[in-house]
Amino acid sequence: MKRILSFAAICALSSPVLAQEDHSQMDHSKMDHGEKEQVDHSDHGVPPKPSKPPESAGSGPPNAADSIWGKEAMQPSRDALYNEHGNMKLFWFQGDRLEHRARDGKDGYLWDVQGYYGGDRDKLWFKSEGEGSFGEEIEQAEVQALWSHAIGPFFDLQAGIRQDFHGPDRTHLVVGAQGVAPYFLEIDVATFLSNKGDLTARIEGEYDQRLTQKLILQPRAEINLSAQDIPELEIGSGIDSIEAGIRLRYEITPEFGPYVGIEQEWKLGGSRDFAIADGEDASVTNYVVGVRVWF
Amino acid sequence: MMKSNISLSRRQMIGSLAALSATSGLSMPAWSKGKMSHSNHGAFKQGSEVLTGPMVHLNVGEGSFSTSGRVGHAIGLNGSIPGLLIRLQEGTKAKLMVHNMLKEDSSVHWHGLLLPFQFDGVPGLSFPGIKPGGQFTAKFDVRQSGTYWYHSHSGLQEQSGHYGPIIIDPEGKDPVEYDREHVILLSEFTPMHPHKIMKRLKVAEGYFNRQKTATFDDYDMSGEERLMWGRMRMMPTDIADVSAPAYTYMINGHSAADGLELPYEPGERIRLRFINGSAMTFFNIRIPGLPLTIVQADGQNVQPTEVDEFQIGIAETYDVIVTPKKSGAFALVAESMDRSGMAQATLTSQTGQRANFPELRDPPLLSMVDMGHGGMMEGGHDGHGGGGHSGHGAMDAKPMDHSKMDHSKMNHGAMEKPEPAAMDHDMRGMKMRDTSRLPDTVEVGPGIDMVAMNPQDRMGYPGLGLNNVPHRVLNYKMLRSLEMDHDRRPPDREMELHLTGNMERYMWSFDGKKYSSVKDNPIRFAYNERVRVKLVNDTMMAHPIHLHGVFFELVNGQGHHQPKKHTVIVQPGSTATFDVTTDEPGDWAFHCHLLYHMHAGMMQTVSVAFPEDVR
Repeated sequence: MKRILSFAAICALSSPVLAQEDHSQMDHSKMDHGEKEQVDHSDHGVPPKPSKPPESAGSGPPNAADSIWGKEAMQPSRDALYNEHGNMKLFWFQGDRLEHRARDGKDGYLWDVQGYYGGDRDKLWFKSEGEGSFGEEIEQAEVQALWSHAIGPFFDLQAGIRQDFHGPDRTHLVVGAQGVAPYFLEIDVATFLSNKGDLTARIEGEYDQRLTQKLILQPRAEINLSAQDIPELEIGSGIDSIEAGIRLRYEITPEFGPYVGIEQEWKLGGSRDFAIADGEDASVTNYVVGVRVWF
Repeated sequence: MMKSNISLSRRQMIGSLAALSATSGLSMPAWSKGKMSHSNHGAFKQGSEVLTGPMVHLNVGEGSFSTSGRVGHAIGLNGSIPGLLIRLQEGTKAKLMVHNMLKEDSSVHWHGLLLPFQFDGVPGLSFPGIKPGGQFTAKFDVRQSGTYWYHSHSGLQEQSGHYGPIIIDPEGKDPVEYDREHVILLSEFTPMHPHKIMKRLKVAEGYFNRQKTATFDDYDMSGEERLMWGRMRMMPTDIADVSAPAYTYMINGHSAADGLELPYEPGERIRLRFINGSAMTFFNIRIPGLPLTIVQADGQNVQPTEVDEFQIGIAETYDVIVTPKKSGAFALVAESMDRSGMAQATLTSQTGQRANFPELRDPPLLSMVDMGHGGMMEGGHDGHGGGGHSGHGAMDAKPMDHSKMDHSKMNHGAMEKPEPAAMDHDMRGMKMRDTSRLPDTVEVGPGIDMVAMNPQDRMGYPGLGLNNVPHRVLNYKMLRSLEMDHDRRPPDREMELHLTGNMERYMWSFDGKKYSSVKDNPIRFAYNERVRVKLVNDTMMAHPIHLHGVFFELVNGQGHHQPKKHTVIVQPGSTATFDVTTDEPGDWAFHCHLLYHMHAGMMQTVSVAFPEDVR
């Protein structure tokens, strides 16, 4: 029962994001094309005119220059011309959160980086997150390698592999979506299926509220979900944990913005029980200092 | 203080190069001393010399350029930025030779010149490009007159300084009478490498904008409006993709700090030849205290029209007559459309006299009209169309908006019986991206983030931020060609082309297809067709659209006096229509002249068939 509920939760939370894109795709119907043309013509106050070029306009690839300079000379520059105008590939790296976390007990650290290489539609996307307390074994560390494909103007579908580097060895299949929701809400939703058959999900959202051109208040939330108890990882089914934080960033340049903030973590349900049984706090407040960088 | 070095008295016509150079107070450029700038890493001179046709040598080289404390890599011509002024004579044969001293391929496109397509200078389209160390000669009959310019069509070289002015003197008597002339070539300098600019535009929306809305800003917008923009994932401040944080705006290669002086004698008729040779900047031009009489647009004579300000899109040219009666100093102001900076020159009757320059005005904001909801509401934010002063605002010229809205053909489903009053306050019913509105020639995909819901012809719109200024401003509907009818035929056919984009991903295209994906599928015309082309702007940016090889005529309501142009600004969320006679055979480039839009894919090939007897 709990399992079904958490699935529902995943769907409910992720569907508005995806549904929006689906909707716009669905709108792509061409049925009223004829009527539209009429409207256009009436706009000009002239009777409808054909829109197709006459046969004497010719067909096939443009080749006028070939007859002057020769096809051999033209072809490489023609390929370059097409390639240069729209086919640009880029590398981008962002350290979204690189921070020191002060809290009761030992202070900790956290990294949350991502980046990609690719063009407008398809990219190789990588992500890495990890955290721990100074002087202790790392609590959590993972790397994801994803193929990211644009499915709408604002969202990418992402699929690939996640490898964990903490605790028991785990590899996951990843399927998710990342992009910008209305109100410029940056959303990253992913579901993970591990090599042990465990199904989990993560929903992250952050938002940049510009106070001035350089001072930015960034609320951020993350929810981790699990479809089942995973005792080895001390995760209970349902909502595993929630993080909610707010960071105040000063962008010295758009690429470099140090910040301070506060973040609250709660473990819930089964995960909470696991934590209490271990003598850990199920609720932790972190005072963070860090930097957001990209290039 | 520096004097303009592309200023000429008509009585003297062209002075010697040495004399011109001497007035600038700067050293002669390398080429004029007989030293080629082969792999020249020396500093480029600001401003340019004059070279008179019919035979012209251009040497493209790299070096450094500095102005206003900004120093960086640049590409210049014959040792200067801008490149030298090429002066040709109508009715002669021109021979323009380009020598490429760069380590990469280069090219020169003669912007606005009528010539055989193989000399048009677009690598991959009209010719193979000029290899490093190579040379190319364009030979053609000069069969037009007016103000034009030239620039590289290779990669992003234009941003680095590879551009210059062209003047063609008419064969007979010039209908424009003047005693003195000054070329005003507007451009930008940036020390940032253009590829770096492109990357930042791609990965960080609004990277160069320091005028965004914020909790603490001075914009007169309600919280509701701000929420609406946020909901649509659009920024009302998306006016210039690249602006003052990266750019120093220049006139003839001089920044405002250089104090460029343009001399005059009281009582003279001065012809100012404005050329927007920038990569990304629309400029608002005014000379407070002097009315501007527009006499030419894109090199084509128009009936004199007096205004106080005009907006010039990238690649456009305007010739303006000013007649200062008294001695003094006038501020020539070229303010960027987003009002992040300005280029300046002083029109002065006395050397060293500096004009008082006005402050930058408050930055304008986009409105619902710019989103293509033109006919849906009265005016918009920022008083769009409500400006009583321009008298030619888009909305003023379209009093039928409401009747149109109710028209059954314009029935937009949920919008059936809209109440304009309610509309102003509730945009929830509006779809930002109703792709069913697009013809099936448009490819719908991630590259389209908006579809104009009810795009209106806004050729009567003076440009963003100029619809509510308290003086006369030029708009396209005011342009009336000097001569009658270039081609009396009504159009044989019509075509519609959509300007499409995605601001967030920085994708730009025609009909949803980037040039890199259209490839060998050109827009085809038969020889000597008469075609009406309607450009529909499904984006929130103004695009200066340039068609190589021919002039088209703006369908601006001037009947037999439709003005001829080579570049037309299509206002955000609006349409612009032109008629074209396809009598220049060959393959031609057709693109947005915002350099980074073109580079992102907003380009197409236009193939005009050869006449039967030639084939």
